[in-house]
Amino acid sequence: MKTESALEKVLAAGHLAVTSECGPPRGALPDKIKEKAEMLRGYVDAINVTDNQTAVVRMSSFAACLIIKQIGLYPILQMVTRDRNRLAMQSDIIGAYAHGINTMLCLTGDHPCFGDHPMAVNVYDLDSIQFIQMVKTMRDEGRFQGGDEIQNPPKMFIGAAANPFGDPFELRVARLAKKVKAGADFIQTQCIYDLERFEKWMEGVRERGLHEKVAILAGVTPFKSAGMAKYMKNKVPGMSVPDEMIKRMAGVPKEKQAEEGITLCVETIQRLKEVKGVRGFHIMAIEWEQKVPEIVERAGLYPRPSV
Amino acid sequence: MITAERKPIQEIMEYLKPYSRILLVGCNECVTVCAAGGRKEVGLLSSALQMACMQEGKVLDVKEMTLERQCDPEYVEELVGTINQVEAVLSMACGCGVQEVARRFKEKPVFPAVNTKFMGASERQGVWAERCQGCGDCVLGLTGGVCPIARCSKRLLNGPCGGSSRGKCEINPEIDCAWQLIWDRLKALGLEKRYEDIAPAKDWRPSRDGGPRRIIREDLAS
Repeated sequence: MKTESALEKVLAAGHLAVTSECGPPRGALPDKIKEKAEMLRGYVDAINVTDNQTAVVRMSSFAACLIIKQIGLYPILQMVTRDRNRLAMQSDIIGAYAHGINTMLCLTGDHPCFGDHPMAVNVYDLDSIQFIQMVKTMRDEGRFQGGDEIQNPPKMFIGAAANPFGDPFELRVARLAKKVKAGADFIQTQCIYDLERFEKWMEGVRERGLHEKVAILAGVTPFKSAGMAKYMKNKVPGMSVPDEMIKRMAGVPKEKQAEEGITLCVETIQRLKEVKGVRGFHIMAIEWEQKVPEIVERAGLYPRPSV
Repeated sequence: MITAERKPIQEIMEYLKPYSRILLVGCNECVTVCAAGGRKEVGLLSSALQMACMQEGKVLDVKEMTLERQCDPEYVEELVGTINQVEAVLSMACGCGVQEVARRFKEKPVFPAVNTKFMGASERQGVWAERCQGCGDCVLGLTGGVCPIARCSKRLLNGPCGGSSRGKCEINPEIDCAWQLIWDRLKALGLEKRYEDIAPAKDWRPSRDGGPRRIIREDLAS
C-alpha cells in the first residue's frame, strides 16, 4: 500500500469501488456540507469535494474535506491548477495531509470564463499531468517540486480525470497513458452516456495494459429531466449523449423523468460492470446527492465493504 | 508583430480635456501593419478629435507626426522641436512607444491612443490572432510549430483538456484547439510518438514571472 487511503484499501481488496461527490456551499455553511455528506454515509467509499467547480467561488475544497473528515467519512480533495500556483498547491497538500486527508484528485479546472469571476487571472502554473508528477514526487521522493526535502511528506493516493469523449479521440488513450506515467493511482472518468465510445476507449486502454496500472472508476451522472439530457448533449463541451437516451427521457411524462433518469443510470452501471478494466464507479449526482443511495443499492453495489 | 486596437474616442477625449494643443504621434512599425496607429490612422484620429472638440465648442490644435519606430530613442529624438509647441502628446504606438516618449520628455504628459493587444500574425485581411507570449524559452521545436502557451486557453503543455471538441476550444468555438493543431502537425511530420513525452513543469523565470526582463548583448552594448 502506498497510502492510508480508504479508497486504496477498497481497490486493493479487489472490490468495485464507489465514490460520489459533494459541491461545497457558496458561503460559510458547515451544516450544508455535513448534510450532503451524511446522505452518502455507508453508500460510498469516499467523497470527492469539488474545488470551485465550473470556476464558481465556493467554500474551499480543503475546508469542506476537513468537515467531512471530522464526521468520520473519507473525503477526496479535488484541486485545480487554475487558481493556485505550485507554492499554494503544495502548501495546501501538506496542510490537508496534516489533517488526515490522504486522497486527492488532480485537475486543471474549468476556464474562468465559465464562472462567476470571468475577469480573474487564470494561473495554470502547472497542467494536470505536471500536477500529478508533483504530488507523486512529494509522496515517493519526499521532495517539493522545487527540489527541497519535505519533513513528513504527504502520502496522497493520487487521482486524475479522463475524458474518453473529448477530441481528438485518437489521443485519449495516449493522454491516459501520460497520466499513468506521471503517477496517477486512480482515474475518475467524465460522465458516461455514450457506452459505445467508452467501450472503444477501454479497448485501447486494455491493449496497452493501462487498466492494470491504474484503477479506472467509471463516471456516471443521472439525468433529472429530458431538458438536462439535451443540455448535456448540446451545451457541455467534450460530452457525448446518444440520441436514443434523449428520446427515452423525453418519451416519459415530465413527472416520471427523474425516476427514468435514475433507472437509466442504474442500467448504465450494470452495463459498465461488464467492461473489463472498470474497477469502480464515480457517481456524480449534481445537487441530487439524496439519490445516490438508491442508485448504489439498485446497481447491486450495496453494502459497501468495510476495510 | 505587436498588435493594437484604437481606444474608444470618449476615453481619448477624457484624457485631452485640459489641453488645446497636442502632438499626435504614430509609428511606422507594427501598429502600421495592423492598421491601428500608422500615418493613416494618425490622420483619421486627428480629424475625429478635432470634430468631436468642435461639437463641444473647443478648438483642438493637433500636430501630426509618424516616427519610423517609436520604441527607438534615435527616432523619438525627432520630436524635439515640435514637442515644445504642444501641451501634451497622444501616442498611437504600442505601449513600448508610449513609454519611450514619456521617458525622453519628462515634463510632457503622454497618453496612449491605442490598447496594445498581443504578439500575433495576420490570419487574413483584417484579422490578427495571438501567436506568442514571449515566455522566454521557446517550445515550438517540440510542439510541431504551434505554441500551446499562447494558443491553448489553459496553456497546457501535455495535451488537450477534456473540452476540445471538433478541433475547437471549449471557451469559444471561434478559437482552434491548440492541441488539435499540434497533434495534426505531429502526425503530418510522423512524430506522433513525441506526444507521449511528458513536458515537465515549466520554469517561468525566463517569462514575465521572473520580473521585468532585459537583454544585454555584450558584443553590441556600449
